Amino acid sequence: MAMTRTPVRRVLDYTVLSVLAFVFALPALYLFLGSLKPSGEVLNGLSGFLPTHLSFDNYTAVLDSLNSDSTGYFWQFMGVSVLLSFVVVTGGLIVNSMAAYGLTRLKWRGQNAVFTLVLLLMLIPFESVAVPLFYMFNGQRNTIFIQALPFVANAFAIYQFHTFFKKIPPSIEEAARLDGAGPWRTFFAIIVPMSRPVFASVAILTFLIQWGSFLWPVLMVSDPSVRPLPLEMSVFQGQQPPDWGQILAFGVLLVLPVLIVFAFFQRWFVEGVASSAVKG
Amino acid sequence: MKTVEHAHAAPPGRAQAASSAPSAKPSRPSRGNRDWLHGLLMSAPAVGGLIAFVGIPFGYAVVLSFYNVRLGSPLEPTFFGVEHYRRLFTDPDLSGPFLRALLNNLAFAVVVVPLQTGLALALAILLNRKLKAIGVFRSFFFMPVVFPMALVAVIWRLILARSEQGMLNSVLDVVTFGNWGAFDWLGDGLTAMGSIIVLSVWQGVGFQMVILLAGLQQIPGELYEASQLDRASRWQQFRHVTLPGIRGTLVFVAMLTSVLSFRVFDQVYILIRGGGLDEDATRTVMYQAVTTAFDQNNIGQASAVTVVFFLIVVVLTIVQRRVVRPDNED
Repeated sequence: MAMTRTPVRRVLDYTVLSVLAFVFALPALYLFLGSLKPSGEVLNGLSGFLPTHLSFDNYTAVLDSLNSDSTGYFWQFMGVSVLLSFVVVTGGLIVNSMAAYGLTRLKWRGQNAVFTLVLLLMLIPFESVAVPLFYMFNGQRNTIFIQALPFVANAFAIYQFHTFFKKIPPSIEEAARLDGAGPWRTFFAIIVPMSRPVFASVAILTFLIQWGSFLWPVLMVSDPSVRPLPLEMSVFQGQQPPDWGQILAFGVLLVLPVLIVFAFFQRWFVEGVASSAVKG
Repeated sequence: MKTVEHAHAAPPGRAQAASSAPSAKPSRPSRGNRDWLHGLLMSAPAVGGLIAFVGIPFGYAVVLSFYNVRLGSPLEPTFFGVEHYRRLFTDPDLSGPFLRALLNNLAFAVVVVPLQTGLALALAILLNRKLKAIGVFRSFFFMPVVFPMALVAVIWRLILARSEQGMLNSVLDVVTFGNWGAFDWLGDGLTAMGSIIVLSVWQGVGFQMVILLAGLQQIPGELYEASQLDRASRWQQFRHVTLPGIRGTLVFVAMLTSVLSFRVFDQVYILIRGGGLDEDATRTVMYQAVTTAFDQNNIGQASAVTVVFFLIVVVLTIVQRRVVRPDNED
């Protein structure tokens, strides 16, 4: 949108962008290359970037070394992470969108008070309730249930749904209601299908945060059988002496699911992040 | 955050529509009267969850911070008054690490907020042009945002490794014609926090960039065209069109970054535990809360740390509201 661009400027733009993008991508490049190299060659000065002796040996080694009850099983860590993300994302979409609808589009006494409460609770970061939650639920440590439940209801998600729902023209609901649809049917049959963009952004943002979640598992999980991937990442990298090829291969396996989601749903990712700030 | 003010304005015409409904269809019970039930039922699961997992624990943290509570201790919790807070700020054994953590957090925020916001703005301006494949470049800078912090910490543990073979040390060795050698970036008290800052900015800057990019795209193109007719230089354009156009977004991003920068935990914890990171130079308030609760089982003390942490975040949030509001009132 800025100035009219001459061919020279365009070349300059591309050069600057390419150089910056390359520097920015170096750590990620190092991760992927290193995961394919023999462990001795990873931490090896600049030659760590040379694509020599590439193989998938590190990946098979990770799956082989994480394959007993004492270390835990790789696919179990992956399964726990997938299950937690699934529960938190789908459960969250249902309860938070419903709440936002009830608080935004239905008119009832106390509605404003409840909505204000949600906005106030949005100010409290998880970090400031982690310690009391750890104390309250100490008897439920090492369960899937307690890892997922605190993150299903989410004030920020309610707020995101709210900003979308309040822009829907009232005529749509009035038409549905004249046809005899109650609030529940109006919501599930009409509002939900027309709100796909906000569902997509909330789902992806929630997934991104849940997939990398670390603080709560540190406090609540010691048993390998319910340990999610990021926590195992920190355990796995602490081995002595470190096997760098395997550690990086584990890292790739940890980030791959989010990268795939990112590649396919990039638009919603970016819109979800941007809309919460600018349009709100 | 405009919505906070608008949220309470009811949609116009709703009340009349509800009251006229019964006369139109007398056979059905009035839906307007039942809306409170449906509204309550619809919001109950999420609001109940928030109260159970945010509201109550938060109140509980305040209560616990006034008690001497230890996990796994056979002794009953005893009332402790403000003793935990007094210790945090005046007891040499405790206040040393705690005040250091506060100071570290502050240093982190003071550097990261301008650095990350400025870098994000520069990237956003660079990427806000109509070029082929611009989307590919945007993805490149956004990509680290999807990397879990646990992984980011490990990648940078290798880049900053203390041996001569560490990536950064090797680069510096080449640049200085073999005069560099080994340097322990994470283990040295002087560079430890700098290392955490660099890896945090690398991971997080794409997030701010995307928000700012959305802000830039809302500036009408005619403003740039007009300024071109006036023969404004690029700097003048930036100063008088771009900056005023995204002022609100910029303030929002800066405030968001400052709140986020007080929540730093994952990378510090991982690198102190397994990466040889200097503990004293990088401990943060959340790191103190977790180690006090988890390693020392001192729930009361950890709750006091948590409450102090919350007060800092609230002050930052209130400042944010104050600063942003006048700009958004139009």
